[in-house]
Formats: sequence, C-alpha cells, structure tokens
Amino acid sequence: MTGATRADRWDRREGLAIDAVLDNLDIFAEGLRRTVGLSLFATVAALVGGTLLATMRVGPVPPLRWAGTVYVEVVRNTPLTVVFFFVVFVLPQVDIVFSYFTFAVVALSIYHAAMVCEAVRSGINGVDVGQVEAARALGLTFSQNLRLVVLPQALRTVVQPLGSVISALIRNTSIAAAFGVQELTGVVQRLTTANPDAVIAILLGGVVGYLILTLTLAGGLAVTERRLERVR
Amino acid sequence: MNGGTSLMLADPPGPRGRRRILVGSVAALVVFAGLVALALARLASKGQLDAEIWRVFLDEPELRTLLWKGLLATLRVAVTGMVLAVGLGLLLALGRMSSRRVVRLPATVAVELLRSLPVLMLILFAYLGLPALGWQVSTFWALVLGLTVYNGAVLSEIFRAGVGSIDRGQAEAAAALGLRPLQAFRLVLLPQAVRRMSPTLVSQLVILLKDTSLGFVIAYSELLRSGRGAVEYLGSRYALPVYTVLALIYIVTNGLLSLLARWLDRRQDRRLGAPAAIGPVDPPLTRG
Repeated sequence: MTGATRADRWDRREGLAIDAVLDNLDIFAEGLRRTVGLSLFATVAALVGGTLLATMRVGPVPPLRWAGTVYVEVVRNTPLTVVFFFVVFVLPQVDIVFSYFTFAVVALSIYHAAMVCEAVRSGINGVDVGQVEAARALGLTFSQNLRLVVLPQALRTVVQPLGSVISALIRNTSIAAAFGVQELTGVVQRLTTANPDAVIAILLGGVVGYLILTLTLAGGLAVTERRLERVR
Repeated sequence: MNGGTSLMLADPPGPRGRRRILVGSVAALVVFAGLVALALARLASKGQLDAEIWRVFLDEPELRTLLWKGLLATLRVAVTGMVLAVGLGLLLALGRMSSRRVVRLPATVAVELLRSLPVLMLILFAYLGLPALGWQVSTFWALVLGLTVYNGAVLSEIFRAGVGSIDRGQAEAAAALGLRPLQAFRLVLLPQAVRRMSPTLVSQLVILLKDTSLGFVIAYSELLRSGRGAVEYLGSRYALPVYTVLALIYIVTNGLLSLLARWLDRRQDRRLGAPAAIGPVDPPLTRG
C-alpha cells in the first residue's frame, strides 16, 4: 500500500513518465513475483491433473473415460473468467473460503488441466502404433505399457504443445487481477489509476514483465527439446 | 484426434480382464456417485438447491431480458472481432511470407510480440493507452481491438502453417502460370489451406468468443457482466444458479460454433469432391 502513496506523490510532482515506472519498480517486482507464484503452483497442479485426466481418457474403464471426456468438453467451452466466477463467488456460498491467491490458483488449475489433458492425449495418440503392439506382444499390461513405453515417447512430441499450454497459463494469470490478486496486470491497473499522465509507460512496464516470463519459458523449452532430441 | 494408439494400449480383455474392468467401472461409478452426493448434500445444506433461487429465471422476466441482451452484446463483440482478426491475420501472414525484408521483419516482430502477451493486457492497452494518446475509444471498441490484435497474430500463424503445408508444386505451378505472389496466395494456396486448418481455426475462434468475457474487466456489459450485475442485485445466494446458466449459454454457443464449422466443412466437401485431408484437390496437376 506504500506504492499508492508514493505514486500519488509522483503524480503531484509530475515526474517524467518513465519515472513512474522506475520509481515503482519494487511494486512491479512484487506483482511479477505474484504472477510467477500463480504460474508455478497452477502449472504443477494442471500438469498433475491433466496427466491423470489423459490417463482416464485413454484407459479401458468406461466410466473414467466418460468422466474425463465430460470434464474436458465442459471446461474447454467455458471461459476462464466463468471458472473464476464459480470458484470465487460460488465456493464461499458453501463456506469454502480461501485467499484470493489460492482461489486464483484453483481456477487456473481447473481450466488448464483440461488443456494439458488434450496435449498429453494427442501426444499419446502420436506414438507409433507398432511400439504399442510390440509392448503388448512382450506381455506388458496397460499400465506398464503406458508407463514404460508410451509416455516416455509421448513426452518428446508433447513438449511443444505442453509448452504452449504453460505459456497460455502464464498469460492467463492476468485474469486474476480482476479477482483481487495484485499480480502484474493488477499492479499495472492500479499504477495507471494513480499516475494518469504515465499510462503508456506503465503499460509498457507490464508488457516487459510478461515478455521476461514468456521468453524465459520459450528459452527453457528450446533447451528441453534439444536435450530430449539428444537422448533419442 | 483419432483414438488410434490409445485404443491399442492393451490387449482385447479376456474373461479376467473384462471382470477387472467391470470391477473398476463399478468402483469408479460408486466413487463418482459418492462425490456427487457429497457435493449435493453440501449445496442443499446451504440452501443452494432451494427451488426458489433456481426458479428466478421463470419468476423474473427482467433477468431473462438482461441475459439475452448480454448474449447479444457478447455476440456483437465476437463477430466483429472474428472478422477483423481474420483480416489482420491474413495481412500478417502475407507480411511474414513476403520476399521483402522491410515487410517481413516488422510483421514477424509484431506477431511474436502480440502472441506472447496476455489478451487482457492488450485490451487494457486499448482501453487505457489509446485515450492517453488522445484517441477516445468506447469499451466496445477497446474490447474488439484487444481481441483483434491478439487473435490476428495467432491466426496469422495458423494461416502460415496451413499455407506451408500445401505442396510446393502448387506455388511453383501458380508462378509458372504467371500469377503474381498475391494472386497465387489468394487463388491457389489459401483455398486449399483453409480446408486443412479449419479445425485449428475454429478452436481459435472459440477461444476468441470465450475471451469476450474479459469485457467485464473494462465494464463492457456483455453476458458475464450482465450476470454479475444480476447477482449483485438479487443477492449472492443467486450466484450458483446464475453462473450455471451463464456457463451453459457459453457452452451451447461454442458448441453451435463448432457445429457450424463442421457443417460448412461438409458442404464444401460436397461441392468440391473428395476431402482435402486425403490428398491434393486436383491430383493430375501435382507431382507424387
């Protein structure tokens, strides 16, 4: 909250537009830190949930397959904002109350688990059928087949689509700004209100913050892909 | 999307496997039923299943009008955004494939930059940034502009991938016939590419439609904001029924969009003959 007062002071002094960014750098950093936090927690949860869903969807047990399909189809066609509405406004109605940060992580995980599921499933379906048949011929069971033969191979083809899901997740954390989390976009919104004469500079500051995250991810993915390539 | 590999993961189950699957199915159903019962009991104990709050859609004609108006506002943004985004996407794709560096470089930078930003940031840019530059925009246009630049960039990559997947011979043949690059793109490459990329294209348009709900952040009265307003007016008890109906409206609208796309695909297939996915449209003209 010290940021608002400092921002007000700058407003009165009519500092240069770029100063509005430089002077509030610690607030930006705090927002960026929250964005990273949201992204990390939600990514881990979405990866675990999505892989489980994908396993359900390719497995032999019909009710699990149906449940996975219904989950993915429902979530995929619902805007993330609506998922946020359910989590933030409906859960408290049944006395389930967490911090806004936790709520945001939950909403992001629910939504992106469906995307992860589809990425993993397409990876599984991309594995050569001959591999699966050979594993079966060797007497491997469904779970051995999945664990030892299919998933390790699917992992390679799945790096890129999973990467786009995670990139989308990072960018979608911005929606948490509308639900009480002061992450990067929330910070940008607040600072633009406090510094009406430095709007563009502050928006550009936000842009730089997101570019740092998405470009880091892109770099990490490129390295991962090259590693996996070498293993092959 | 075929279940090729996933269907082959296990041997066709024998009597023991079938019994295990049956046991698994029963167990899964029991667990699901238990979870659903638990959720319903919780909801019921908090009065969330009272007929009174669910009947609000029958009792309050104003609520129906409000949501209907919200849906129309959502569709207005979505359709305007889709048309503009497709246009921008084509321009950017052409720019990126241009043989001139002066055109190619800015297009590449623009696409890569826009793609790596949150749509919400781009909407805020239009909503807060343009007025700061002295250009007043309504919330409608701020939303449309934000959605257009983001989806234009994503669509341009889809278009480029689609055109890239067309046999090189097609472009060479077009050039040999004396078509200029732009003509070749418009008359030869794009028509073939559109059919291959239509699934990706449609899922991106569904994303655009879902993203119109970000309008509620900048106070544009689309479907979601209308619903939020209704809950604020009726009381937070009505959150569950109103948001459930909102979710259903989005799911049905998106489903209809996908159906429309599939119908258009089929109609095109009938008009042009064999589906493009199997082979070139006009085999005698291509090598291999």
